[in-house]
Amino acid sequence: MSRYFTDEHEWVEVEGDTATVGITDYAQEQLGDIVFVEVPEVGTELEQGDDAAVVESVKAASDVYAAVSGEVIEVNEALEDEPGLVNSSAEEDGWFFRLTLSDKDELGDLMDEKAYKAFVEGL
Amino acid sequence: MSEIGENLKQLPLGDWHRSLGARMVPFAGYEMPVQYEGVMAEHIWTRTEAGLFDVSHMGQLQLIGEGAADALERITPGNLSALAPGKIRYTLLLAQDGGILDDLMVTNTGHHLYLVVNGATKHDDIAYLQANLPDGLTLNHLEDAALLALQGPKAAAALAKLGIDPAEPEGPLPTDLYFMEAGPFLWCGIPLGISRSGYTGEDGFEISVPAEHAVALARALTDLEEVRPIGLGARDSLRLEAGLPLYGHDMNPDILPVEANLSFALSKARREEGNFAGAERVLAQYPDKAATKRVGLFVDGRQPVREGALVVDDNSATIGNVTSGGFSPTLQRPIAMAYVPMELSQTGTAIIVEQRGKKIACTVADMPFVPHQYYRKPKQ
Repeated sequence: MSRYFTDEHEWVEVEGDTATVGITDYAQEQLGDIVFVEVPEVGTELEQGDDAAVVESVKAASDVYAAVSGEVIEVNEALEDEPGLVNSSAEEDGWFFRLTLSDKDELGDLMDEKAYKAFVEGL
Repeated sequence: MSEIGENLKQLPLGDWHRSLGARMVPFAGYEMPVQYEGVMAEHIWTRTEAGLFDVSHMGQLQLIGEGAADALERITPGNLSALAPGKIRYTLLLAQDGGILDDLMVTNTGHHLYLVVNGATKHDDIAYLQANLPDGLTLNHLEDAALLALQGPKAAAALAKLGIDPAEPEGPLPTDLYFMEAGPFLWCGIPLGISRSGYTGEDGFEISVPAEHAVALARALTDLEEVRPIGLGARDSLRLEAGLPLYGHDMNPDILPVEANLSFALSKARREEGNFAGAERVLAQYPDKAATKRVGLFVDGRQPVREGALVVDDNSATIGNVTSGGFSPTLQRPIAMAYVPMELSQTGTAIIVEQRGKKIACTVADMPFVPHQYYRKPKQ
């Protein structure tokens, strides 16, 4: 099991062919109080870079892009009643969706935790 | 994330905001605090305690000279010549075709008119005022004054703790002012212009203070237990709940006062005189002949609709647009303002908003969404 990060502040946890996607703690802190998360429907085929989800804070909506390509197999239904999970537990309970990876080579485009940490410190 | 450009102007309280950990963003050409501890917490604090807002980006102007009110009436629909000393009026700066160039507060100080205009429009406003006012009048831009707003149910109690005195003998204390009244005051010898007014729907004050004393005043207020600094993020969600339109979003030069649902700003005397810029076009819509109207919307579900989302009919044809939208921390549901066809503007009417290809059900709602708590003068 390994965790990857993007420069759009998403995390991707990979286990076999399955990836779980969310936004990072840094991202939730920047967005502030999250009041709604629009997740993709199960069965959606996402291409890397597609609009995958929308995070709504009190003031603004932010797009979440697909960090990797694949078919959405599960979404975090807890976010419907409790979008604040993204604030309180961005990198665990506040995950957005799971997908079946269609191209594992895409993971090579992503950062590991150490690289992401350095990236955030440089912002 | 937006980059903070080096050409952004700094306001007198800029370093103070940063010292408190504010997140600064570019706004109206200035670097301004968008939030401190978080929009939701700051919003609720203002509704239950007292919040301090730095609105020094706004334009503070003086219009001095004989006939200032009459002259300003040529480009605004407010009954300014009838404005008694110490009273404030909300009015609109109108283009020659009646389109809204800005909304503003006008105070008769007894010596001159004091105007507060929006930060993003102030330079255009000054140019328009200079071009449309007679030569005998003087227009001063008070660039060395900061503007603070203290808002919330505990604002009056907090302000009373500062020991502010009337600047004139027999003058009222700040807390003696009623909503939409103003006066000159002294705090530790520093001259303050204080108005009982604001942009949150709460009771509160707007305080003009010389820039060099702004930090001392802000610190004295936030040293009080009930006062916390509040950023622009909560200012926007508070004014949306209060049903107050935001210039550049809910109003612009293509929109006339009646369709903007601001008919209350067309004073009866001025409607009868009909002698302000664009009066013919403006009054042709009065009272209910506009094709569209700004209304409030309750949004079904939890997802906010945002500025730019379209109002559509059953055939998906565009019939209006959302001009402000967000999540109401007080009501814990999304709310919005939108322009809709007049025949759909009745409270309770079902409206469809389309956002990112998705149709969202809404209902026309009365505004304000959250009741105003102004400290009004009792009816005689």
